[in-house]
Amino acid sequence: MDIHEHQAKAILARFGVPVPRGGVAFTPEQAAHLFRTLGGEVCVVKAQVHSGGRGEAGGVKLCRSDAEVREFASGLLGTTLVTKQTGAAGKRIDRLWIEEASNIARELYLGFVLDRKSERIMIVASGHGGMEIEDLAEEDPESLIRMVIDPAVGLADYQARELAFRLGLSGQQVGQMVTALRACYRAYRDLDAMMVEINPLVVCDDGSIVALDAKMSFDTNALFRREEVASLRDPGQEDPRESFAHDHGLAYVGLDGDIGCIINGAGLAMASMDMIQLAGGAPANFLDIGGGASPERVCQAFRTVLSDPNVSVILVNIFAGINRCDWIANGVIQAYKEVGIEIPVVVRLSGTNVEAGRRIIRDSGLPIIGADTLSEAAHAAVAARPHTIAAE
Amino acid sequence: MAILITEETRVVVQGLSGRIGQFHAQEMIEHGTRVVAGVTPGKGGTTVLNRPVFNTVREAVEATGADASLLFVPPPAAADAMMEAADAGIRTAVCVTDGIPAQDMMRVKRFLRRFPRDRKMRLIGPNCAGIISPGKGFMGIMPPAIYTPGRVGIVGRSGTLGYEAASQMQALGIGVSSSIGIGGDPINGSSFRDILELFEADPETDAVIMIGEIGGPQEAEAAAYVRDHMTKPVAAYIAGLAAPKGRQMGHAGAIISAFGESAQEKVALLSACGIEVAPNPSAMGETVARLLAPTRSAA
Repeated sequence: MDIHEHQAKAILARFGVPVPRGGVAFTPEQAAHLFRTLGGEVCVVKAQVHSGGRGEAGGVKLCRSDAEVREFASGLLGTTLVTKQTGAAGKRIDRLWIEEASNIARELYLGFVLDRKSERIMIVASGHGGMEIEDLAEEDPESLIRMVIDPAVGLADYQARELAFRLGLSGQQVGQMVTALRACYRAYRDLDAMMVEINPLVVCDDGSIVALDAKMSFDTNALFRREEVASLRDPGQEDPRESFAHDHGLAYVGLDGDIGCIINGAGLAMASMDMIQLAGGAPANFLDIGGGASPERVCQAFRTVLSDPNVSVILVNIFAGINRCDWIANGVIQAYKEVGIEIPVVVRLSGTNVEAGRRIIRDSGLPIIGADTLSEAAHAAVAARPHTIAAE
Repeated sequence: MAILITEETRVVVQGLSGRIGQFHAQEMIEHGTRVVAGVTPGKGGTTVLNRPVFNTVREAVEATGADASLLFVPPPAAADAMMEAADAGIRTAVCVTDGIPAQDMMRVKRFLRRFPRDRKMRLIGPNCAGIISPGKGFMGIMPPAIYTPGRVGIVGRSGTLGYEAASQMQALGIGVSSSIGIGGDPINGSSFRDILELFEADPETDAVIMIGEIGGPQEAEAAAYVRDHMTKPVAAYIAGLAAPKGRQMGHAGAIISAFGESAQEKVALLSACGIEVAPNPSAMGETVARLLAPTRSAA
């Protein structure tokens, strides 16, 4: 789960990372007011959306008067920002972060991630801040410093010191860096984060260290014990279909194709998407209905998939272990009654109670296209697309 | 012999008193698995499915000689239950639970390292379908009827995609020695490589199919092991060719976030290490059949 920059800065500040003074604005007037209260000659206005690359996309500006702030804010609020990470749909700008400008002497990169190789928290740092980490890894891999933290001991002071020295810091900056590193680590550990990224972490003209940007994402599996983090969720930044699916116990990811997928199990769902692609079609979504799916949950899956206007065929592929084919079949029939389905539906059932499930589908009299194998099901779905029928 | 579970394995079920634990334990018993006890804190002294229930894993091990544990424990308590099993002397634990915080797993993995090799617990999962040696026994939630006893090992992250492979093999008359689900989480108890080592050493396994997916470094690590150390042929399938970068595909671990983590890159790497990669998920059975062809004609 992602949060906004201003929320990440507030969290990191509380743990002891220095951040610039600033505030959140939901209206141009609030933004202009913040410029006056900050009291400097220059401030930075930053669009708050869950994405990187905001500067390049025109979502960040240095402003020198409250009028300039108001004008920039009016142009941003209520619009969508399209960055290279958001996709063409972009993300809606509902709030801005206004902060005092910093005099930058040096930019550093600092990230904390879950390293799947060592299965521990790892620090990734570089003396070349301001660039995306992917570009850094490609263009200057030598500059990346990696350090793995033992969960039983935590971040040791010697590790933090070593990192500071390797980044070329000296004098009082070393102590400041050690403090900042320890603070980031504690925030990561105590709040069940999955990622903390400060890019750039800057050394100012006066030698002080400040987090100029901040990004945090959290482990959704740990939200049950992190109420404060859970409360920072901003549904306005999510795809509405994904939010709807999530609230009904379904894992859904919207894609660009036209074949809607309703599958059980993440691996089988990915494999079904692959099979559709190989059969010459394009999946409209990833959807895992999960284990022990009731007819009601199957119905909600149909609602979710059908809310995508691009969908022209639905493929249901179930290999039931903890699920039951008869429940799934009843769910499909219930969806015909309650949701109203006017496009072709291909159903492939296998596993627990498969005979009962197939019988229910057969006896329903509904125009459901049956398939016995994964390959048959994918080819049938591709063939059932309306334009294919028209061509025949 | 098979791996990890045989007809000798004495299984305790942590969470036996719950509805789900009881349902699956019943299935396991019906298919010949030696379920010897249950553990549910506070329910010690009761019986479920005619098996004694204990308050702690240690008591269950002492009273019944259990050496394996299947965990049906909710996410907030699952990590603790795994550590309890390890400390009580359980040798193989299988955790089905989905939704365990990553940092809990980080601590579990650190905890398991404190035991010397001869009493270290092997953990399978979490977020997995379990393990089965067809005809001998199983620990998990899979439908046992789709597995024919035989000599091919299956190891995969996904439960349902593993079922798909087993049923394609069954349709072609190919049997399974053991099928191991290692789970879809970013930090799991046993890696592909760990399981391949067991299959390589198992005299009842002739070949292995490994079913991977996008995200994480484990397929690459396994490929290097196959190239450098394995004598048995290995087939594979990698799910997620159609998956976009940076989006989590259901499994907490299924996300392309670094170089080498896409399905295309993994397929190329596996092929370069001599692994026969199925071109699509419907060809997993055929690919295994092709691997076995020389062995069969020789026999």
